[in-house]
Amino acid sequence: MVLGGLLLYPIYQLGLISFFHYTQAQVSGGEPATFEGFGNYSELFSDGEFWRVLLATVLFAAACVASTLAVGCALAVLLTRVRALPRLALMLAALGAWATPAVTGSTVWLFLFDPDFGPVNRIVGLGDHSWTYGRISAFFLVLLEVVWCSFPFVMVTVYAGIRAVPAEVLEAAALDGASQWRIWRSVLAPMLRPILTVVTIQSVIWDFKVFTQIYVMTNGGGIAGQNLVLNVYAYQQAFASSQYSLGSAIGIVMLLILLAVTLVYLRLLRRQGEEL
Amino acid sequence: MKPSPRLAVLLTALAVTAACAPQTSSNSSSDKDDKSGTLRVWLFQEVGNKPKEKAVDSVVAAFEKEHEGAKVHVEYIPVETRAQRVKAAFNDPKSAPDVMEFGNTDTAGYVKDGGLLDVTKEFGAWSESKDTDPTAKTSVTVGGKVYGSPYYVGVRALYYRTDVFKELGLQPPKTMDELASTARKIHTARSDLYGIVVGGAYTYGAMPFVWANGGELATGKGDSYASAIDSAAAQKGIKAYTSLFGDDNCPAAKCAGMGGNDTITAFAAGKAGMAIGGDFSHTAVEAGKVKGKYAVVPLPGVKSGSIAPAFAGGNNIGVLKSTSHRTLAVDLMEQLTSKKTQGEMFKAMGFLPTFADVRSQVAAEHPYVKPFAQTLAAGTKFVPASPGWSQIDSQLVLPTMLQEIISGKKSVSAAAGEAATKMDDAFGSAG
Repeated sequence: MVLGGLLLYPIYQLGLISFFHYTQAQVSGGEPATFEGFGNYSELFSDGEFWRVLLATVLFAAACVASTLAVGCALAVLLTRVRALPRLALMLAALGAWATPAVTGSTVWLFLFDPDFGPVNRIVGLGDHSWTYGRISAFFLVLLEVVWCSFPFVMVTVYAGIRAVPAEVLEAAALDGASQWRIWRSVLAPMLRPILTVVTIQSVIWDFKVFTQIYVMTNGGGIAGQNLVLNVYAYQQAFASSQYSLGSAIGIVMLLILLAVTLVYLRLLRRQGEEL
Repeated sequence: MKPSPRLAVLLTALAVTAACAPQTSSNSSSDKDDKSGTLRVWLFQEVGNKPKEKAVDSVVAAFEKEHEGAKVHVEYIPVETRAQRVKAAFNDPKSAPDVMEFGNTDTAGYVKDGGLLDVTKEFGAWSESKDTDPTAKTSVTVGGKVYGSPYYVGVRALYYRTDVFKELGLQPPKTMDELASTARKIHTARSDLYGIVVGGAYTYGAMPFVWANGGELATGKGDSYASAIDSAAAQKGIKAYTSLFGDDNCPAAKCAGMGGNDTITAFAAGKAGMAIGGDFSHTAVEAGKVKGKYAVVPLPGVKSGSIAPAFAGGNNIGVLKSTSHRTLAVDLMEQLTSKKTQGEMFKAMGFLPTFADVRSQVAAEHPYVKPFAQTLAAGTKFVPASPGWSQIDSQLVLPTMLQEIISGKKSVSAAAGEAATKMDDAFGSAG
């Protein structure tokens, strides 16, 4: 009951505010709050920029989720194949990346790719190529950082899952002459489906809400706002200029999208006959 | 027909939602005017704050001596988180200070939020206020009423490398066209240097180009501002500024993302022949590689010998509406911004006084102030005194416009037209 209250009350407030004209002037009592109905939403949906940002966010999040899962699963399998010492080293490195605060990680990545001082350009021999100028290359740079700081969660979880798979099953597959890829696809992936579901949903939610990396690495949305994602957009359009009601409307839209994605995903799994 | 129970529930829910509005604070002005007790003051924490504290402490000591029973508690708040602190202060009058420092572009927004006290009468009656710069006064005035007292001003001028100019036989530019051609000459001769380092996110570096060409950010006053950024004159200025981005001066790939501080960093590190920097950048440049190898002149205008109008930045000090020590707080505000204090603040921090007479006095003693004082004397401009401005600022309307042009995504007229629409929206929704 308490838990429900703690979870629902903020969402209720968010929803409530999104129906009002609610800015700093209303919070501090300079002007009364007026009821606007769906005014904030229609303002949002009629803004072409919003749709452009939404599309970029969805594509970017999808790319991040796919890359994170691929890297995380590959390394998890690798972990089961190597000896204790390298395994420990890999674990520690991954945990280090995981524990690094996002702001720090983003700043370091940005420095690595700095056109004037960064080591990457020097090693690759790109001269003073600027990575953050082009839209795709800036997104790519941020993607690297996002994958770097979120794959450890996938890796550790999947690794734990693989450990729980009975050794005989894997041995049998190996004796039948199955390749590593084949074992993953036909044996491990189906057995780990519940775990994979959880990490996928987690990653979708995380990557859809990415803020720090974009904000720090592209200096608040990139050249002419080309690298804006929904969260940064909400911050810039609404919260930085104290338009709390518009920001709340964006928040509610994000909540609904994530809820829908999660439900559809669960539904698909269930249809395939998997009980979670 | 009886409404189904489900519909009834829905209707009740709607009624409940409509009935309970989100919380608002009752930030009404306090009627109390205590003549004793503690006054709380918020000032900005600057880089190297010690000299500022000393100057303020002496003002406070004199004030406490003058008003028996009054105590002053000064707190220095970090500049980066000031927005949150100020919002919190408006929301909860109990934890709010009586007197506070604020950036002059924030004035209109804070007035709209209902946080600042109208001090028109007191400011007018104050003997020193008649010498205040007109632009500085504009920056505390909203809708014809005065909401504070100017604390210091900041303007930008043209920094250039004396050694590079001598080596290439160049003279400081006299017009804006010369500025562009000089910049290209420098970059051609010394490809390791930007001719003039400019930034796509450096709004206040770009504005003088618009103003010098006769353009304006917006026209109107009070509640009804209309954007003028897409006027022919303004577009000419935007074109002049954005044409400085390119492989012949400041490559777009590197410069489009730069802000004001980035350009100063590049100049201080010896990577540029010229830069547009403020009097407040003086310390940073002095601390860089170029110390002793640079000079400053006013940014030239369109005609030879003219000076491009600069943006008059700076800070003000105001009294909060919620204060319960109105008379004392206004008096303290005046003492913190008096001619004497401003003269001392210049010595301590290098902040330019808002009084013309005090300024010419310090300019005589410190030659580096001269180009900035000249720029101020030639006339400066201020951003629209509308609460919409803070929205335009935080939504990066102008940097986006500049970057769209620089990166070749849009033409000058298309980008300016779009920026004008966004600005009008902001003026409309916030005004």
